[in-house]
Amino acid sequence: MWTWFHRLASPPTFYRLADRYSPWLAVLSLLLIGYGLVGGLWLAPPDYQQGDAFRIIYVHVPAAWLSLSGYVAMAAAAAVAIIWRIKLAECVVVAIAPVGASFTALALITGMLWGKPMWGKYWVWDARLTSELVLLFLYLGVLGLNRAFEDPRAGARACGLLALVGVVNVPIVHYSVEWWNSLHQGSTVSRIGKPAIAASMLWPLLSMTFGCMAFFGWAVLRRVQNDVLLRERRSTWVAALLGERKAAGHV
Amino acid sequence: MTKRQSRMVWVGVLLGGVALAAVLGFKALRENMMYFYTPTDLAANDAPRNARVRLGGLVERGSLVRGEGLLVTFTLADCAQKVSVRYEGILPDLFREGQGIVATGALGDDGAFTADEVLAKHDENYMPPELAEGLKSADGRHNCAPFKSVNGNLASADAPALAR
Repeated sequence: MWTWFHRLASPPTFYRLADRYSPWLAVLSLLLIGYGLVGGLWLAPPDYQQGDAFRIIYVHVPAAWLSLSGYVAMAAAAAVAIIWRIKLAECVVVAIAPVGASFTALALITGMLWGKPMWGKYWVWDARLTSELVLLFLYLGVLGLNRAFEDPRAGARACGLLALVGVVNVPIVHYSVEWWNSLHQGSTVSRIGKPAIAASMLWPLLSMTFGCMAFFGWAVLRRVQNDVLLRERRSTWVAALLGERKAAGHV
Repeated sequence: MTKRQSRMVWVGVLLGGVALAAVLGFKALRENMMYFYTPTDLAANDAPRNARVRLGGLVERGSLVRGEGLLVTFTLADCAQKVSVRYEGILPDLFREGQGIVATGALGDDGAFTADEVLAKHDENYMPPELAEGLKSADGRHNCAPFKSVNGNLASADAPALAR
């Protein structure tokens, strides 16, 4: 059972697989985000209360979801890196941090732009907004910690620890609107039973979300590839790969 | 136990410990995590007196009276209690009867709340206007359940909603 796991964890195998499949993720994300934008900004009807201002949901909610699921993925990679000492998992932790931080910042910024016209204020210190800001600091902490180490493996171990401890914040962000009073409204889509959004508005939202997920996967795969190349630059497989590329006229 | 297994246990213990610390910490700080008090908290004297507090609830239908200039008075209700609110200033676009709002101000000795800031707290429902028209009389368009009492005083979703 573990053979595929170990084979995937070997840098040359991973590099070739990522090379083959990541362009498909890029195409998928373009298609899904394309439909999501057209569907969300033109085809979906305006909201009965918020009018056209609600359309910012098509950026805000996918970004917020990715900020949380990205963190869970980073923490899972950190656990694998700490327990199995797999170098590739260390690269994944470091690769997810900047992408996740970008989505978190996007969620915070679009949320502020939405809050001003609807709530009447850009920012309030309620549980949801504050815990999402803490999530951004956790991502930035992983990024900064990684930079602070000369030795990439020592840096990755420290980052892994921080990523692992910080995962406690993920359920806090998600359930903050249920556990405590907040100005932020409750969850719309993840409610079990019926989502509290009309179907004509929901499809573009789901399309945007899966499109952003594909983009996230593509960006992380590419970053991991670069990181693997850099770390293994003295190994024979990188030299062989470079030879192949040269022969094919790519370099 | 191999080294790998001991690392596995170590990661598990670390996660469990952090989660336990978070649960205990947030249990102790529940009141501080609340963004606003509810009319139920004011009635139960759970909110600080003569201090600036935030009060959240639904604007009761039929209670909105516009006075001179920008002055408005209305009743704010959660699932169990209500309180009368006075406010002079600009209201958010979403302010209307039946809407959830959060008002910042102080409770006077007469039991009325004087607010100096009103923010709209919209709910998680999104629908086209035609669909909303059809639901006009239906229950649950605006729900008092998101307005939770800080000390868990009765404010269950089953209680009759005064604001509907």
